Parts: sequence; structure tokens; C-alpha cells
Amino acid sequence: MSAGVAPVADAVQDPAERIREAARRLVEAGDCAPRPARDPVNEPMINNWTEALGDANPAYPGIAPPAMVQVWTMGGLHGQRADDDPLGAMTRVLDEAGYTSVVATDCAQTYARALRPGERLAVRARLTDVAGPKRTALGEGWFVTTVSTWTVDGEPVAEMMFRILKFRPPPPPPPPRQVPRPQVNRDTAYFWEGTAVGELRIQKCGECGALRHPPGPMCPRCGATRPGYVVASGRGEVYSFVVHHHPPLPGREVPFVVALVELEEGVRVLGELRGADPGAVRIGAPVEVDFDRIDDELVLPAWRPR
Amino acid sequence: MSALSGAASVVGIGATEFSKDSGRSELQLAAEAVRAALDDAGLRPSDVDGLVTFSMDANAEIAVARELGVPRLRFFGQIGYGGGAACATVGHAAMAVATGVADVVVCYRAFNERSGHRFGRVAAGATAAPTSGGIDNGWQYPVGLSTPAATVAMFAQRYLHEFGATSEDFGRVAVAMRRHAATNPRAWFHGRPITLAEHQASRWIVEPLHLLDCCQESDGAVAVVVTSTARARDLPHPPAVITAAAQGSGADQFTMTSYYRDDLTGLPELGLVARQLWAQAGIGPADVQVGMLYDHFTPFVLVQLEELGFCGRGEARHFLADGGIELDGALPVNPHGGQLGEAYIHGMNGLAEGVRQIRGSAVNQVADVRNVVVTAGTGVPTSGLVLAVG
Repeated sequence: MSAGVAPVADAVQDPAERIREAARRLVEAGDCAPRPARDPVNEPMINNWTEALGDANPAYPGIAPPAMVQVWTMGGLHGQRADDDPLGAMTRVLDEAGYTSVVATDCAQTYARALRPGERLAVRARLTDVAGPKRTALGEGWFVTTVSTWTVDGEPVAEMMFRILKFRPPPPPPPPRQVPRPQVNRDTAYFWEGTAVGELRIQKCGECGALRHPPGPMCPRCGATRPGYVVASGRGEVYSFVVHHHPPLPGREVPFVVALVELEEGVRVLGELRGADPGAVRIGAPVEVDFDRIDDELVLPAWRPR
Repeated sequence: MSALSGAASVVGIGATEFSKDSGRSELQLAAEAVRAALDDAGLRPSDVDGLVTFSMDANAEIAVARELGVPRLRFFGQIGYGGGAACATVGHAAMAVATGVADVVVCYRAFNERSGHRFGRVAAGATAAPTSGGIDNGWQYPVGLSTPAATVAMFAQRYLHEFGATSEDFGRVAVAMRRHAATNPRAWFHGRPITLAEHQASRWIVEPLHLLDCCQESDGAVAVVVTSTARARDLPHPPAVITAAAQGSGADQFTMTSYYRDDLTGLPELGLVARQLWAQAGIGPADVQVGMLYDHFTPFVLVQLEELGFCGRGEARHFLADGGIELDGALPVNPHGGQLGEAYIHGMNGLAEGVRQIRGSAVNQVADVRNVVVTAGTGVPTSGLVLAVG
């Protein structure tokens, strides 16, 4: 907790209430001490700025562009926030509560007058509002609003309302399931293209009509090399099955069931049987096809009880 | 009887110790086993002109030849389909010897299958190879069927369903293998028999397979030396005459996942091997005194008994319940303890035990052995041998 801000009582357990309490104290504390600019308003910096922005206004560098006001009080490469800086203090409170990510949402500056080279600025800031928790597209967070005031010899010359969203980053997506990936070639592509669109495709000879799984390029019955496919009904019965316990396998939690299913069409296909009590699976049990989406590129055939 | 039958014999066997951490490279294991087998055969590396191994073996024939100082190789090759290659290495060696292509062929298998790459884990990259095998694996691995135990369990579940067998029937195989291993000092499970209750209480690996339905994971190497039966007469040990050697692959064959055939309760590729073995050797199941049956997982021992004709389809459980595979049973199976009890060396340690049973030198020696049938990996394209006294 920063100096100048009383610690929030440990008795306040509700995280949101602790945040509100800290915010109340910071708002009540009002402006922090003015922090003087490192350098006076100066022509070299004005020239660099207008050159970079392509601003050929002849008034520069006789006066400074108003939008440069923040530049004059920047902390520099190794600058650090002052201990009593209210935005820094509020940020620490929200960081500790898990709202560790930040995005700036609003910035509005008001200029009282032009600044001239040689003038020395100071800036002070106060916390004006902390609102939340809010659900946002980025995640749950708090909007933190501060107002900064720039002065020259005590005279207010510019003001800025600045609002950030401090949010809790969403949990990282679960790591993709790593399963051995099938080799896909000209002979088998139709099958995997089928599972990707929710179809269980069975090779059908374009000549004699024989069904076959696993597929191959030449019909073992008639010798034709014109394989096509039919979309299976997806209904079948468990012809045999295993319950895998050991060793652990990537992408699966043990125990799990792998079933060899005889489809209504008469061919057999392997797949995980999901949604069934491993201890209750029986040969002959009716199942239907299910599709196990591993990622955008791989969908495995699977089964569920019917 | 075929031209191959009896032409060649196994004249030497060698092995490293069987362990869980050999502490040396797979190539060193291979070289040690090959040298031991040559010593056993009374032959020198310079006598070797052929080497055969598994396509899964990490040690190329030329690497093993370099370590042994084999000056020339006229015949070399690698057999595919995992443990299905075991007997086929000897079968190919016998064909080379029988046709005069080679004189002395050594078959070997060496791996750190426990301390290095473990077959019981999910094979990384199984679906990645741009090959027909890689495509085949794509129907299986992605949906979660991705260990050898799981692939066998799928057959086993159907077998139980069709024939009314139970997990205890599988367990009787494990109990017998551990009982045999208990009196074999070379076995990892020497002195550690199990009960059927312990089998039933062991944790699930992939239902319906318990832990004790699954063979070990082992480090080690085995090599065997094949030469002509005529030359074998001049060597130190009685020859184990190769009276039959066959390979088999069935209709709609896959590696471990031939799930798309009409029937899942048999191993037609092994049935094909069996018919060839009996025809080549001119014998039948009743003429066999010892069976060296590939036991990576218990259920396929039952199916092998049926496919080989030692009992009818679906009747193996009765054969087992009657003590059929015990040392004093109708067909003593794997007196060394098999891969469940001794070590998992991809079937090659069973092959070596078959030779010992023919020689009469096994620790759990069966009386009056004249013919031994040896099988290789099941669920895959496979192979078999009949070894006979000379």
C-alpha cells in the first residue's frame, strides 16, 4: 500500500468492498502533491513533435501545441510514479485483487491557454471515480477515472480526464487436446472431411457397391479403383470394447472406453464410447455416432449410447 | 514333407542376461548374444555368412557383422511385423541354407525394451509415417486404442463373449508361466510364482486384461545359429532339426487390429502357419511334446492352442483347466516361463528354449521330447517352426 493512503482494514473481506473502500479513501485524499516537469517548455521538443506529426502551423514553436501538455511532465525513460500518485495506488489495489490487465478507454483534455517556451509546468492528479465490477468483452473489470491538472506557478493551464479499465484477464483457454493425429492421404481424406462436417462416411466401391472400412484405393471384391462413399446412418451396436486404464494417454482421462462398433450398414468402425459408465458397457449395446472435435482440423469418430 | 523340411538345423543358441536395465547399448547386447550363440555352436565369426533380424531391431546386420568381425555376408534380411518375425528369422535362414545361398546364418534380436523404448507405452509417431502402416494406425491411435495391451484386449473381450470364458481362464496361463519361471534361474520371475487370486487382484491395464495378463518389459538379446543339418552332425550339440518353417498372413490382415473380419475369436494367420507346419513336418499336434507359444498377452495363448489344433475352437479354457499346459500336461507350454515369466525378447527366448528342449538341456526339461512347435507374435502377420530331434 502506498504512503499517503491508509490500508484498508483486513476485516473487509469482500473483494469488491475492499476495492470500493480503497477507492473511497483515495478519492477523499484528493489531489496528490504537484510533480514538477523535468524541463521547461522548449523549442527543440516542439520542433520534434510538429515535425513528427507533420504539423506546419506557423504558430509553432512560438507556442507549444496544446496536445503536448502531457509531454512536458512525462517521467522519462526511467521515471517512476510518485508514491502518492492515486492512479498508481488504485492500480496496485486492483492488481492485488486479480484485475491485472489494463486498457485505456477515455481521455479528454481541456486547455486554458497556450504554453510558451520557458514556462515550467507541474502536474497533480486525483482519483475521481472507480466503478465496477463490470462485465466487459475483455473480462470483468473496474473503470478507474482520474483527473490531472497542469499548472504554471499555481495557475491551472490544462486538465485531463483519463479513464482506464482494469480487468481480470479471462483464464487461458484449456491447452488443445494432444492426440495422435491420423495420417490423411488420397485414400482416406473423404473420411476425415466427413467427420469434420458431422458425417460418418463409409467407402463404397463405385463399381460393385461394396462397403468397406477401413478404406483403400482398390476394391478387394471387384478390383475397381473408383471408390466413393456413403454417409452411414451412424447407428450400430458394440461388437467389442475395451476399458483403458493404463498407461495414461495424451488427450484422454482414464478410464475410458474404446468400442469397435458394427454399423447397421455392416462395417465396423473404432471410436471412443463417451457418456457411458465403463462398468456397464456390454457387447451388443446400441450406440450412435458422436463426433469428438479435437480442434479446427481434426474431428474423431466416437460413439454415445442410444 | 517339403524340400525345406530337415535341411537345416539350429546348432547354437546364445543370450545375454535378461534384466530391466542392461546398462549397455543394444548393439552390444546383439553382439554378445551372437558371439555366445557362435561359441555354443562351436563356430567362429568367420564362419558366418548370413544374418537375419527383425525390422524392428535397432541393430543393422552390418553393424553386428562389424562388431563380430564377420568378414563377408552373402545373405541378410529383416523380417517385419514385430514379434511375428521371431520364427521367420529362422525360417528365412533355413531357406537360405537349404538352397545353398548361405552356410551359417545367425538370427538375432536385441533391445533395451524396458530401460529404453518401452513397447507398453504409446508409440510416439505411430501415425506419422507416410506409409500404409502409418495410415492403418490412423484408425486406431487417435481414438485412444494405442497400446499393444489395448489392441489385444479388443480381441479378448469378444473371445470371452463368444465362448463364455472368463478372466480366470486367461489367468491360468499367467499362473502356469510364473510357475515354470519360478524354477528357471534365468527367468526374471525366478522364485516368484503367483496364484490365480493374485492374477485376479492385479490392477486393470486395459479391461479385460489385468496387469498379470501382460508380459514383462525386458532388456536383453537372444541369437540362434542355423546351418545345414549335414554340417550340424559335426558340431558339439545335437541339432534341433527344422522340420517345418512357415509364415502366415490372413485375409484383411492388419497389425494388431484385424478387427474387420467376420470373426474376431481366431487367429487365421496362425491357423495358416499351423497347417503349413503340420504338412511340412508330416506330423500333427499329437506328435508334439512341448509347445513354445508366444505369450505377450494371455488371451492369445488360448487362441493359439485352438488354431494349432491342440483343442477345439473355444475349448482352450477346458484344456487349461485340465492342466493341459503344465509341465506334466497334455502339451507343456513354455517350460522356461515364457515372456510372462522369463523375459520378453520378442519370442526369441522361447525359440532358444525350444532348442534346449530338443537337446534335453532345459532346466524344466520335458521327458522324451521329439518335436517342439514354436510360434511367434500373435495378432500380427506371424510365423512358426517345428523343431525335431535329429
